[in-house]
Amino acid sequence: MSPIVHRETHDGSLEVSSRELAQPAAPSKDGRPALQVRQLDFSYPDGHTALRNVSLQVQRGEKIALVGPNGAGKSTLMLHLNGILRGEGEIFVGELPVVEANLPAVRARVGLVFQNPDDQLFSPTVFEDVAFGPLHLGLPEEEVRQRVANALEQVNMRAYGERLSHHLSLGEKKRIAIATVLSMEPEILVLDEPSSGLDPRARRGLIELLDQLPLTILAATHDMPMVRDLFHRMVIMDGGAIIADGPTEALLSDAALLEAHGLEAP
Amino acid sequence: MHVDLFDRFRAGASPIHRLDPRVKVVVAVLFILSNVLLPDGAWLAFALAFIGLLFLNALAGFDLLFLITRSFVALPFALAGVSAVFALPGRPLWAWEIGPWQLVASDAGLLRFASLLTRSWLSVQMAILLTATTQFPDLIHALRHLRVPQVLVAVVSFMYRYLFVLTDEAMRLLRAREARSARPAAGGGGGSLAWRAWVAGNMAGQLFLRSYERSERVYAAMQARAYRGHLLTLNPHELGAYDWLLGAAAVGSLILLQVIARL
Repeated sequence: MSPIVHRETHDGSLEVSSRELAQPAAPSKDGRPALQVRQLDFSYPDGHTALRNVSLQVQRGEKIALVGPNGAGKSTLMLHLNGILRGEGEIFVGELPVVEANLPAVRARVGLVFQNPDDQLFSPTVFEDVAFGPLHLGLPEEEVRQRVANALEQVNMRAYGERLSHHLSLGEKKRIAIATVLSMEPEILVLDEPSSGLDPRARRGLIELLDQLPLTILAATHDMPMVRDLFHRMVIMDGGAIIADGPTEALLSDAALLEAHGLEAP
Repeated sequence: MHVDLFDRFRAGASPIHRLDPRVKVVVAVLFILSNVLLPDGAWLAFALAFIGLLFLNALAGFDLLFLITRSFVALPFALAGVSAVFALPGRPLWAWEIGPWQLVASDAGLLRFASLLTRSWLSVQMAILLTATTQFPDLIHALRHLRVPQVLVAVVSFMYRYLFVLTDEAMRLLRAREARSARPAAGGGGGSLAWRAWVAGNMAGQLFLRSYERSERVYAAMQARAYRGHLLTLNPHELGAYDWLLGAAAVGSLILLQVIARL
């Protein structure tokens, strides 16, 4: 169903909005959304509540921006999408529920790109990092090599296979980090702050890359110009809850809403 | 900001560079083992081993003094063997009185110490040659293929990858401290030694915490890419006739060396 636009804010007041609901993208052949999150709650072991009653539906092929102030729970939500964190509630990736037994399959479908590429690129060479996912999926060597080549090709980093990860620039690392996930041929790409720290040219290149990838994309970001240019749908989180969810254009024109949650129109 | 201090590799296309890393690792380890097995005072054999090293050094295309200058870094550690001078019975050379104790240096002890020093010096040079002619990822592959326990290889591999990140992190911390370490123009200031030690201790703690948290993020990144507890890699190396030949020649020379030392 269409995303819900008004939600309770974290301080308990009810935010009512009359914005148009987002047009859901065409459902897939089996009629299921690519991703469904139902009433997800999560608290960290220190007692800090990070997610409150989060529900989200993502249709196949949608490109969605997840925005909100620091500490809103964006990264925590992302870590739930392939079962690295496990909260209370239900998550479905296609028809698969995210439960222990399904984790390998879920992780092959949901590719998570972390904010800091130094966390994502842990192998000595670029080739090994891009090959890590496919290898651990148990693919034969020929296919692994093919996938590495394809993934590097997709991010325009063909010649980088034998390079050492720690010698790359941040922009190169970010691209390679995306390639390490593309090589698993996921259905959904989940990115945490993909454009942070990049110079304008590297940022522009990254936006073009994300625009061209024929995947469902969910990206947490503070880069509002990128949100406007790249994402048709926008989800605002604050205090661990989803505050608003709708077409980017409509939400960006609501100055009061943006200001209430520490955001700015581009 | 990058720190490349640790990259010991020197690019080249020499016969040594092209050799399969497994052969290099095995020969280097055997060379070190051979040094250990040489009897004390086998100076001819030590000299031959050194000439062999110089030969490999030249073959790798490095300057004559390359190995020797780098090897001095490790020499202080060989001083741990200095106790051998006093530990062996033999003809006394010198004696010192230190309180109730008497230290007697013997000729046999001195000979053992000199031999120990030579052995470790030669071995360090071989290790330097190995790391200077082999890319670190190749070394890790070699260890893996030589069936070194997976966990050890993984630890070495992560250490190598994150040494750079950690050093960058430490440098950022130091720089931040530097930037706030102003002093009055008239001199003085800077706080007491205890206070400075306290700051340094906090920084070390910070570094540990950050590394610990990073390790959790890295593990999450591994899990996100289907890691289930076993590290897998592809095998990019194949042993050719050339590798077998050079490896066999090296092992043969080492056996010959042992025989010469015992003649």
